[in-house]
Amino acid sequence: MSISIRDLPLEEYVLLGNAACPGCPASIGLRMLGKALEGKFILVVPACCTSIIQGPYPKSAIKVPVLNIAFAASAATASGIRAGFEALGKKDVQVVVWAGDGGTADIGIQALSGAAERNENIIYICYDNEAYMNTGIQRSSATPYGAWTTTTWRGKTEFKKNVPLIMAAHRVPYVATASIAYPLDFIAKVRKAAKINGFKYIHLHAPCPTGWRFPSDKTIEVGRLAVLTGMWVLYEIENGVFRLTGVSKSLLDKSKRKPIEDYLKLQGRFSKISDEQIDLLKRHVDELWMEYKHLMESG
Amino acid sequence: MGVSKVLTGNYAVANAVKLAKVQVVAAYPITPQTTIVEKIAQFVENGELNAKYIRVESEHSAMAACIGASATGARAFTATSSHGLMYMSEVVWWAGLGKFPMVMAVVTRALAPPWSIWSEHNDVLAHRDCGWIIFFAEDNQEVLDLTIQSFRISEDEKVLQPVMVTLDAFILSHTATPVSIPNQSDVDGYLPPPGSRRLPFILDPANPLTHGNLAYPRNFMEFRYEIERSMGNARRIIVEAGREYGKITGRYYDSLIEPYRCSDADAVLICMGSSAGDAKDAVDILRDEGYNIGAVKLRTIRPFPYEELRDICRNKRIIGVVDRDYSFGFGGIMHGEIKSALSDLHIPVQGFIAGLGGRDIRVEDFIQMGRKLYHIIESGVGEFPPIWINLRREVFR
Repeated sequence: MSISIRDLPLEEYVLLGNAACPGCPASIGLRMLGKALEGKFILVVPACCTSIIQGPYPKSAIKVPVLNIAFAASAATASGIRAGFEALGKKDVQVVVWAGDGGTADIGIQALSGAAERNENIIYICYDNEAYMNTGIQRSSATPYGAWTTTTWRGKTEFKKNVPLIMAAHRVPYVATASIAYPLDFIAKVRKAAKINGFKYIHLHAPCPTGWRFPSDKTIEVGRLAVLTGMWVLYEIENGVFRLTGVSKSLLDKSKRKPIEDYLKLQGRFSKISDEQIDLLKRHVDELWMEYKHLMESG
Repeated sequence: MGVSKVLTGNYAVANAVKLAKVQVVAAYPITPQTTIVEKIAQFVENGELNAKYIRVESEHSAMAACIGASATGARAFTATSSHGLMYMSEVVWWAGLGKFPMVMAVVTRALAPPWSIWSEHNDVLAHRDCGWIIFFAEDNQEVLDLTIQSFRISEDEKVLQPVMVTLDAFILSHTATPVSIPNQSDVDGYLPPPGSRRLPFILDPANPLTHGNLAYPRNFMEFRYEIERSMGNARRIIVEAGREYGKITGRYYDSLIEPYRCSDADAVLICMGSSAGDAKDAVDILRDEGYNIGAVKLRTIRPFPYEELRDICRNKRIIGVVDRDYSFGFGGIMHGEIKSALSDLHIPVQGFIAGLGGRDIRVEDFIQMGRKLYHIIESGVGEFPPIWINLRREVFR
C-alpha cells in the first residue's frame, strides 16, 4: 500500500493551459488519477467543472479518451462502455467516472445506485467540492451545514449527505474516501480499486477556492485541515471491512483533532456562521466519528 | 430464404436483434414494449444471442449505456415506449447529436394523463429534431425487416446516426401474424460484422480523443451541419439498404414512402404506421365506388421524404393527412410538415386527427376521410381546420 512519489510516472495526463481556476482541486485530483493509472483508462465526465477544465474543442487538456455525457448519466454510460469493451474482448481497459458532488449525490445518484447494485466493473470517483461550482456555487446535498452558497445566503440548514456510506450500503467490493491534500493515500486507493473486480467508489474531498472563498494558494492547506479537524475522514471499506487510512487513523481520539474553527475560519463561506451553528456542526462531526468507530469495531 | 413464424411485432423486433448479433442491450421495462426485452433476455440467457445485457434502473440509463457501448464500437440496442422515451429524452438527443450509431425500437403509445397504454405518435414525434433516423412500420414483417436494415443504415460511414424503428402499441406489438425470418448467414452477409465499426470515433487509450467538450459558437454550427449531411446521405443509404435487403429476402424497400394506387389519383390520403393497411383497403373500396383516390404511407419521417412526396402529390387536386398525434394550438404534426413541403404546389392539404390514445381508425373511417376530400374538391372552398375523426362531440355539449 505504501507508494512513494518517485514511483509515479513523470508523464502528465492533464496538460498545461487547461481551463481550471487557479488553485483548482479538481485538476489536482485529475492529475493524480492520471498518474495513478498511468493514463491507461477511459474517462467518463458528466456535467461538472471538468466539462470546462478539459478545455474547448478542437483541443483537449486531458490525455486519455474522454466521453462527456449528460449530468445524470455517467454511471450508466460507464456501464455501457464496460459492456461494449467486454463484448469486443477488450477486458483490460479501466473505465473511470469523474463526477462532481452534484452529479453524484444529487442528480446522478439513481444511475450511480443502479450501477453499484449491478456491481459494474468500473471505478466511480466523486470529486466533492461541496456545491454546484460550475454553475456558480449553488448548494448541493453534499454542501456542509452552515455553509454560504448562492442558494443558501444565510448558510445551509441541512447536514452533508454521506454518499460513501450510502454506497457502502450497496455492499460493493470497494468504497473509499480520499482528499486531494493527501495524494499518496488517494493514489494508493485508485490503484487498489483498479485491481478489484466489480464496483469501486472513491469520494475525493476537493476544497474549492472559488466557491469556498479562500485564497487560491491555500487549497492543500484547507484540504489538510478538513482531515486534521475531523471534518473529513479518510477511510476505506474493502469487502465490508472498514479501515481508517492515513492521518485519520490517529484521529479517532477526539483530543488529537484540531478544533473545527481552524478549518472554518479560513473559508469565507463560513464567515457568518454563529457559535450555536458551530456547536451543532461539532456535534454532527462527533456523531459521524462514533458511526465510523462502530463500523470499525463491527467490521 | 429463411423460415416463416407467427410472431408479434415485439417478437419480430427481438428476432431481428438476434439476427443482427447485437452486442450490448440495455433495457428497462415499459408496457407495451416489455416483451421485446423479455424475449431478448431469454435469447441471451439460453445462449442464442451472445450479448451483454444491462438491466438498468431507468430508461435514461438505458440510453446512456447504449451511448457508452456505441462509443466503444459495439453494436447496441434498446427499446422503449411513451413515458420511457420521454424520460430518456435528454440522452436520446445526446445520442443523435453525438453521432452514436445504434438502433432503438419504440412502441408508440400515448402520454399521460390520463393513463393510456394504447397507440399514439406524439412520443416519437417529440423526437423529430434530435438527429435520429425515424422509421414507422406498417406490419410485423416490416418491423423485422426495418430493424435489421436499421443496423446497416446506422453504421454506414456516410450516416453514423442512431435509428428508431417504431411500431404501434398492441396493433403491432402484441398482435401475432406470420413473419418471414431470413437466414442467419444471409443477415451476416448483409450487415457489417458487429463491432467492426471505427467511425465516427472509438474510445481507445492508445489514441485518446475527447468527445463532446465545449464548442464555442465559431465551431458549433459545423457539428450541426455534419448531422444534416448525414441525414441527406441517409436518404440514399436507406434506399440502398432496402434494395440490398430485397436481394436476400425478396422483399424490396426502395423508397422513403410507399405509394398505393396514386399514379392516376386525384386525391391522396397520407398516413403512417399500422393504419396504412386500412387506408389501402379503403382506397380499394373507394375506387370501386368511382373515387379516383390513392394512399401514401410514410416509411420515414426523418429524413423527411420531401422529394418523394412532392413527386407523388404534384398533380393531385387534394391531399389528406391522417395524424395519430396532435400539437395543441397548431394541429396535426405531420399535416403541418406535409403542408409546408407542398406549399408551392398550391394543393389543398386537409388534416385529419384520428386514433389518439388507441381509438380505432377503421377502414370505414378512411372511407369517410376519402369522401370528405372529394366534398372539399367539389365545394371548392379549400381546406377546413383539422377534422377530428370519431370525436364524441356530445361530451362537450
